[in-house]
Amino acid sequence: MGGWAIAVHGGAGVDPNLPQQRQEEAKQLLNRCLNLGIDALRSNLSAVDVVELVVRELETDPVFNSGRGSALTAKGTVEMESSIMDGRGRRCGAVSGLTTVKNPVSLARLVMERSPHSYLAFAGAEDFARQQGVEVVDNEYFITEENVGMLKLAKEANTIMFDYRVPEAVGLETCSAVVESPILMNGLPISVYAPETVGCVVVDSQGRCAAATSTGGLLNKMSGRIGDSPLIGAGTYASNLCGVSCTGEGEAIIRGTLAREVAAVMEYKGLGLQEAVDFVIKERLDEGKAGLIAVSNKGEVAWGFNTTGMFRGCATEDGFMEVGIWD
Amino acid sequence: MGWAIALHGGAGDIPLSLPPERRQPREAALRHCLQVGVDSLKAQKSPLDVVELVVRELENNPHFNAGRGSVLTTEGTIEMEACIMDGKTKKCGAVSGLTTVVNAISLARVVMEKTPHIYLAFDGAEKFAREQGLETVESSHFITPENIERLKHAKEANRVQIDYTQPVEKETPTVDGDSQIGTVGCVAVDNDGNLAAATSTGGLVNKMVGRIGDTPIIGAGTYANNLCAVSATGKGEAIIRGTVARDVAALMEFKGLSLKEAAAYVVEECVPRGNAGLVAVSAKGELTMAFNTTGMFRAAATEDGYTEIAIWP
Repeated sequence: MGGWAIAVHGGAGVDPNLPQQRQEEAKQLLNRCLNLGIDALRSNLSAVDVVELVVRELETDPVFNSGRGSALTAKGTVEMESSIMDGRGRRCGAVSGLTTVKNPVSLARLVMERSPHSYLAFAGAEDFARQQGVEVVDNEYFITEENVGMLKLAKEANTIMFDYRVPEAVGLETCSAVVESPILMNGLPISVYAPETVGCVVVDSQGRCAAATSTGGLLNKMSGRIGDSPLIGAGTYASNLCGVSCTGEGEAIIRGTLAREVAAVMEYKGLGLQEAVDFVIKERLDEGKAGLIAVSNKGEVAWGFNTTGMFRGCATEDGFMEVGIWD
Repeated sequence: MGWAIALHGGAGDIPLSLPPERRQPREAALRHCLQVGVDSLKAQKSPLDVVELVVRELENNPHFNAGRGSVLTTEGTIEMEACIMDGKTKKCGAVSGLTTVVNAISLARVVMEKTPHIYLAFDGAEKFAREQGLETVESSHFITPENIERLKHAKEANRVQIDYTQPVEKETPTVDGDSQIGTVGCVAVDNDGNLAAATSTGGLVNKMVGRIGDTPIIGAGTYANNLCAVSATGKGEAIIRGTVARDVAALMEFKGLSLKEAAAYVVEECVPRGNAGLVAVSAKGELTMAFNTTGMFRAAATEDGYTEIAIWP
């Protein structure tokens, strides 16, 4: 094989009843991001540059749950996190608890390259952002009307789920949504759940792998809650062999050290990329629900998920290109 | 089979010339904490209870870099983090950025058991601690004169660094090595092969405010599954990159290495020299303590009577 390859995702755990128009919108964004990445790869940008570039695009567009368009915390604010890893040298950078940084993935990269550390969070990360002169905006910038609505539904759903009386004041739509969509992700009905996270994995023409992941996190989360996206080995991982970015139930991904697992079975058991991805999705999630994208240093690309759908796209140098949501 | 327990008080450049007045209190503390762990195991407490108990003791002791005795951030403040994991269920809890919580490891356990989340940090974690009624104190409680000195030395060393216009290094040059990169941790296994791991730290001396290390990152500083339990210590950034704790278990599972072989491989191959150490126990009751630093404050015991308290190889 050989040659470059790229994959992107916009989150796993999609409402099967998602309106067609929303599905189209998502696929168009994935297409656009893939093309951005492909152009960059053809211009010989390195894998780590490409993943950052692509994830910035995903963060800036409000369609997915990261940057602008992030899912809201229980307080109605946005707290973003991200990590990036360069397979060459396994250098990494991560950030959590960002409230004003326009592109969290770029701050994660600066942590990797301009700080003596690997992971900065909350006030310390925000200070570092200002020191580094990255673009900052008001927290309101990230909040979309749609997500305000979703938070309300999530709070109502929580009330319904934990309160066994028949709800009266809650709208009928919400009621029926809970009844008709018994699929749950992270404790929320799938109709309400916001598929978490965006990510990109790349292997460039020199066989270098990189991965980056970014998110607003779990809808209605406690302020201060950290998920899998900024945790190296859980949501993001890259080594000489591969690059991996995960999405789904954060707790399941952390417990299963999912991203590292793909690389570990390749490294220690000699599995190929697709085998490794399949193994991890099948064997490492127990009752958890998640998905992931991965590339190998041989120019292969793979994805897998045990959720209802995952927004994803991938392309390889030999002309293969695909964008999808369902199985 | 029998139970086994191992604990550490930090790996690092611990000088062989460590004067008795600095060595003896730490050895005594290790002995005491080991006894606490052994007594609990004999009393049939679960490994999860045991590791929490032992790490609480280590946190309360001002001679180690966790809880009271935590190293200071570049602003002279305290930011503590901890993590606990139950091997059987792989349930875990982690906290970061604590400034007033007396026992970070206990908050990590509460996060694991009383929230649908795994990891809470900074203000959110502090707020949760109060809601849950955990013991909190003024941050000054955790600060010791030794650590004020350490911070001073680290800043002086950095100043020298900058004078030579070196690129930003991930290494913190050490003047007085011990506990510059410490942490405390404990792993335990009972007669039935149940495993647990717990780690707690004040982090890296002179760290940037908001810096998170390996300790609260599952798979890096802490890990437990049905094969083994691992707690690592050393240079956080290297342990994260090397996914140290997870790799010990992965080598056992995927390459069939023994606990000892897996631990040795990881400290030799997955992290640079001088950067890390770990303690680990297996479901079969084996134990190992491996490090590639000058020394690691450690103690261990098994049911068949083996006991060890040591600092250097």
